[in-house]
Formats: sequence, C-alpha cells, structure tokens
Amino acid sequence: MGPGRTETFPLRTDEDVLRVRQTVRIWMVEQRTFSLVEQTKMVTATSELGRNVVVHGGGGTARLELLSEGGRLGIRVTFQDQGPGIASIEQASRDGFTTGDGLGLGLGGSKRLVDDFEIASEVGKGTRVTITKWK
Amino acid sequence: MTTSRQSRIAEILTRHEKPILEEWLREQLDALTARQDLISESDLRIQSAEFLGLFTSACRAGSLTDITTVEWKPVQDFLAGVSRSRALQGFSPSETATVVFSLKQPLFARLRKELGADAAALADEMWTATVLLDKLGLYTTEVFQKAREEVIKRQQLEMLELSTPVVKLWDGVLAVPLIGTLDSVRTQVVMDNLLQSIVETGSTIAIVDITGVPTVDTLVAQHLLKTVSAARLMGAQCIISGIRPQIAQTIVQLGVEFGDVVTKASLADALAHAFRLIGCTVTRQAPRA
Ligand SMILES: Nc1ncnc2c1ncn2[C@@H]1O[C@H](COP(=O)(O)OP(=O)(O)O)[C@@H](O)[C@H]1O
Ligand SMILES: [Mg+2]
Repeated sequence: MGPGRTETFPLRTDEDVLRVRQTVRIWMVEQRTFSLVEQTKMVTATSELGRNVVVHGGGGTARLELLSEGGRLGIRVTFQDQGPGIASIEQASRDGFTTGDGLGLGLGGSKRLVDDFEIASEVGKGTRVTITKWK
Repeated sequence: MTTSRQSRIAEILTRHEKPILEEWLREQLDALTARQDLISESDLRIQSAEFLGLFTSACRAGSLTDITTVEWKPVQDFLAGVSRSRALQGFSPSETATVVFSLKQPLFARLRKELGADAAALADEMWTATVLLDKLGLYTTEVFQKAREEVIKRQQLEMLELSTPVVKLWDGVLAVPLIGTLDSVRTQVVMDNLLQSIVETGSTIAIVDITGVPTVDTLVAQHLLKTVSAARLMGAQCIISGIRPQIAQTIVQLGVEFGDVVTKASLADALAHAFRLIGCTVTRQAPRA
C-alpha cells in the first residue's frame, strides 16, 4: 500500500513501542525508496518518542501515515498522550536534560534524526510530537 | 429458562452410567481418529470414566447452573488437568473442548428415552444439560489457553538465556554476541552472565558485539554503558563491536557518547585490538605444501 495509508497503535508498554517501530521499519522497506540509513534513523526516533509516551506521558497512541507531497514520498508518525505535558520544551530538548533516569537525548536526538519535527505540549493536558522523513 | 422441577439428570446418569460411558467413548474416539498417536484408547477410557463419576456426583450434590460452587471443584480440577496436559501434548483447543461437548450426544439420547413422553420436562432438562456442558467446555478452553501462555512465557525465558551466551575467544578474552532487542531484562541477564564469566575465567577483556541488535536507541546505549562499567568494576576492559555504518550514523546524531570505551566495526577488528592489548601477535605463514 502507498500514500494515504494510516494506522493508529496504542502505546502503553515496551512491547507496544517495539510493535510501532517494527511497523515503521516494514512500511519503509515496502516503499523500496528509503535507504537503510534513513530507515534506521526513523525507526530509532520512533523508538525514542514512543518510549517517551510510555515513560513520561503515561501512555498514548502513535499514528503512522504514508504521505505524498509535491511528488515526494514521506512517512510520518504522530505521538500523542494525555500525560503531564512539558513545562519548558526548550529545556526538555536540551541534550542531557532528563526528569527521569534516561540519558536525556531522546527529544533533541530525534529532532536531528528526522526531516520535520513538531512538538506541542500543554502542562496538565498532554503532549503531541510529529516526525516526518521525506524521500 | 428456569424450572422448579427437580432435575433428573443426576439420577439418569447414575442409572445409565455404563452405556453412557461407552457411547461417549465412541463419540470421543470418532472425533479423535487422527489423534490416536497422542492418547491411547485405554487412557481415554480411564479418563472418561473418572470424569463421568465426578460429573455425576457434582450433578447430584450441587447446582446444575453454577459450576463455580464447591461441589464442582473436583470436576473443574480434573478438567484443568486434562486441558493442561492436552495443551502440552499438542491438541487443539477445540479437540480439548470436544471431551466435554461430546458427552451431549449420549446424555441427550438417554434424556429423550426417559422423558420422551413429557415434552416440557425434556426441553427443560436438555436446556439445563446444554448450558452446563457448554460452561464446562468453555472452562477447558480457558485453562488450555492459560497453559499455552505459560509455555510461551517459559520459552521466552529460555530464549533469553539462549540468546545471551558468553563465549571465550582466547585466554583472557570473552565475547558476548548480542542478538535481538536489548531491554532491561535482557541487559540484566547479559550482565550477570558476563560478570560471572569474567570472574570464572579471570578474563581482562570483554567484547560486547551488537551486530545482531537491529536498533540502538538511547535506552540500549544506556544498557550497554551500564554493562561496560560493571565489567570494569570486575577488572575487565570492554570493547563494543559490530557497530554497522547505519547504526554509527544514528547514534552520532542521537548524541550518544561511549566515552573512552573502544568501539569497533566488526568482531574481527575487536579481536585484533584485544590481541594487541594482551600482547599477542598473529602471523600468517606461507601455507605448507
Ligand atoms: N511525552 C512526554 N510527556 C511528558 N514529558 C515528556 C515527554 N517526553 C519528554 N518529556 C520530558 O522531557 C525530558 C527529556 O526527554 P528525552 O530527551 O527523551 O530524555 P529522557 O527520556 O531520557 O528523559 C524527559 O525527561 C521528560 O521530562
Ligand atoms: Mg526519552
């Protein structure tokens, strides 16, 4: 299946994170246009942000989309949770910043691994992160 | 549908135990023709006779509509045992539930003979028996499912052990070839195995090879770093090998730093490095004629 395809997955457990990132891998392989490096970067960013939803966001969803814009093929993942939200996105994105016991590289690192990175968060309401990889 | 009439199922079962058992056995054997490799006729006979005895007692003593009461405990336990062993033997869930469902045919035949004249009573009794046997049949399916899940859990644990071997490459040099996903549980197993092997062999170098780890995110990196520092505390130096090009690019962009840990592209490079560290040289000789 090509552009227009979408699928939403729950993100509650580590296994859910695995399932989502495996699906991203499969979708990218199926398109036959993404290189191994591009696949690896997108899958790794998905792993980071998916785990953030589980660990920091109290669970949520990941929505996968295949897109075609101006002749370009893209894959987009939107992570959404109704967790505590992030008070300062600037601070949270700084390398090494963590409120947990992680390495604090998930947000900043994911941003560097993808082509488009959007984040919206409201304290007490939740967080939404959207990443896209274009071909 | 409820009935104020006293059910005659228990009485009919008791009076016709022998023929019901024979007919039921035939039903089961018919359903299992292809499975006679898994259970012998004599075993099936013993099993069926025991079940029928327990079932009859429960029908006599307990409620016919609620199988969770204490009178049904022996029947439940017996069925649980049968389901569990069938799950392990490789029967299908429906083959397992058939044990119970196939009792309907002979039981209904008796009910018809005994109550045929009284249509209302026959309908009531058939209904009661159907609901009862359906509940017991579903119970076998539940137990069957649980037993299967236990098998899967155990296999996962075994895989965990299997997939984290520590191998000795050379005197003083160990290697841990990691394959699959490195979650916290795996990391703990790897670390335990590695530290134990370091102590046992007195090794000073441990190569952690991640060729078989498809995704290295910050959590995996953190687990690797944890393993490296634990090995250090035991007096062994770690080399991380098998960092494929796409993984190298990704971890650099992520911002992960392995500090002063030596990293190598392949296990062979890591071994060559280890040889240098322990002062071992490998020389190529002209092949003997
Ligand atoms: N979905 C989220 N909901 C709430 N807080 C989040 C979420 N994602 C990230 N954060 C916050 O941003 C910080 C940095 O995240 P990240 O860079 O992934 O590092 P780490 O997960 O290692 O802490 C987290 O420690 C957390 O406080
Ligand atoms: Mg994170």
